[in-house]
Amino acid sequence: MSIWEYANPKKFIATTTPVLPWVMWAAAVTLVVGLVWGFFFTPDDYRQGSTVKIFYLHVPAAMMAINIWVMMLVTSLIWLIRRHHVSALAAKAAGPIGIVMTLIALFTGAVWGQPIWGTWWVWDPRLTSFLILFLFYLGYMALWTAIEDDDTAADLTSVLCIVGSVFAVLSRYAVNFWNQGLHQGASLSLDAEENVADVFWYPALVCIAGFILLFVALVILRTHTEIRLRRARALETRMRA
Amino acid sequence: MSLHVKDLSVARGGRPVLQGVSFDCAPGDALILRGPNGIGKTTLLRTLAGLQPGLSGEVDFPEESGAYASHADGIKAQLSVTENLTFWAEVHGGVLDDTVLEDFDLVDLRDRLAGTLSAGQKRRLGLARLGVIGRKVLFLDEPTVSLDGFSVKMFADWLRDKHLGQGGIAVIATHIDLGLEAPVLDLTPYKAAQDAAGGSDEAFL
Amino acid sequence: MIALLKRDLALAVRAGGGFGLGLAFFLIVIVLVPFGVGPQAELLTRIAPGILWVAALLAALLSLDRIFALDHEDGSLPLLATSPLPLEAVALVKGVAHWITTGLPLTLAAPALGFLLNLQPSAYGFLLITLLVGTPALSMIGTFGAALTVGLRRGGLLLSLLVLPLYIPTLIFGAEAVRRGADGFSATNALVLQGGITLGVFAFLPFATAAALRVNLR
Repeated sequence: MSIWEYANPKKFIATTTPVLPWVMWAAAVTLVVGLVWGFFFTPDDYRQGSTVKIFYLHVPAAMMAINIWVMMLVTSLIWLIRRHHVSALAAKAAGPIGIVMTLIALFTGAVWGQPIWGTWWVWDPRLTSFLILFLFYLGYMALWTAIEDDDTAADLTSVLCIVGSVFAVLSRYAVNFWNQGLHQGASLSLDAEENVADVFWYPALVCIAGFILLFVALVILRTHTEIRLRRARALETRMRA
Repeated sequence: MSLHVKDLSVARGGRPVLQGVSFDCAPGDALILRGPNGIGKTTLLRTLAGLQPGLSGEVDFPEESGAYASHADGIKAQLSVTENLTFWAEVHGGVLDDTVLEDFDLVDLRDRLAGTLSAGQKRRLGLARLGVIGRKVLFLDEPTVSLDGFSVKMFADWLRDKHLGQGGIAVIATHIDLGLEAPVLDLTPYKAAQDAAGGSDEAFL
Repeated sequence: MIALLKRDLALAVRAGGGFGLGLAFFLIVIVLVPFGVGPQAELLTRIAPGILWVAALLAALLSLDRIFALDHEDGSLPLLATSPLPLEAVALVKGVAHWITTGLPLTLAAPALGFLLNLQPSAYGFLLITLLVGTPALSMIGTFGAALTVGLRRGGLLLSLLVLPLYIPTLIFGAEAVRRGADGFSATNALVLQGGITLGVFAFLPFATAAALRVNLR
């Protein structure tokens, strides 16, 4: 049995429906544990005080904002190459989640930056990159809504997603070139211990896991919605024909 | 040079409209497509010309020999008659031959801007494009719309003598009798069944 | 390909439209800027490179929706698609034609408008070079956007939304090179990167544009 069998819309719904509540609960529990742990059971940072705790929302949201775009890129490629409807609809479903994650990252970044840098917004490379990512999400979603025919929309948004990804990476480097910025380096990396002490790091990992689970739950739910909408339209056209 | 269509199914807007269409054309053959509005004549012609993918079946004719023409014929209002034709000739790697202007009675109009032509004259210009591109297999969608009887005859003569007579092939959707001795293919029996397979929505039903 | 280029240029010249309008828009934006920020010469000098670049970019955006729309309306597009010319070549020619009718005049007009914004004398050369290198990329990216939106009524606004984010790297390297060059720093890096983007865009976007056109022709 090939993995592609799950790309059939009916099969996909049948397989994921029983899993969905579990993922939702797992996301809820992980998020509550991670956030409560992060907010109440970690010491304040010696320089940044309790402000640093917004980190538990900011970093996972920022990571997801990028990862969701990457996931959209992968599903777009799968649609273009293998023509599996679920893949295209999953990309469509992920768009709004991605843009909300980008907004959360931008908003929490502003709230975090205000006391630390003394301003809500700076044209720092990292912040600017997220603003640009926001614009890319906006264009992607706008193209989906503008085109009536579902398969045409899927094809064109996929092409846009691929080209957009290249330009998003280019923009990232261009923005770095343009302004060397205030933002600290990436908070989590393989040498994370240098940046963030373990006490902060463990709850952060739990929060990241929570955001990933939340995304998986939402994307499955929204893909179900898109599949059912498409099915409703298909039945309607068949009835009218 | 021949056109071979076997078991072709075509879709419009993601829904199958025709299925199981088969026919063959030898050099010099024309085929007239008939059928009520909405049966899928335009869709079939566009699929044959390679503008849209068919759902299943085969279409076989030599590469780079097909041409499609509909009522929208790519005539630029700001260019003169000869400029319009020269453009299409050059795109197809040829040159504009004056006999084409004679065949379509455009000699007196040759330097007029296409935008100043009447609807019928514009159609003649659009059809004259077929004479300059040197394509052997023509897919024509209602080529005679807004032509008067005299022009229809002129076009039919060109088609018979200069195209089919030279070993060309033409598949034509038309409601007017062009006066060609050509078989008629009624598409009504090929109408896709309500539950025909292959539509883009199929996976969702 | 030459035939298509010749035709598009002839059409652009005869239809008037795009040719003059883009330039007029460029001029008006530049005239409006001092009204908005005040007439102080030092301030204008400082922002001139960026303003000139942004204004040129917006002016180039104006005529994008006409790249394929007219050919779509009169049915030229399916006829071109069945011609021996590959759609990739059509896309490339459309981009080049747009640049010749829009990007090139904007580039040539930019130094004249630089006077209005009190641009430093040392910046003129860089302005001309960066626009010369950068505007072709703007045209080709715009052609891609136009192909995505060709079948849509009221696609113009959506086209801007799709294309403007893609313009960011070109804008950054272009304006940055002028700024650095004018201040006596080395502009080579920015120029090379901008040139790289332009070359890359012309190498790959015709394929994406043709793919989008094929989808829209279905």
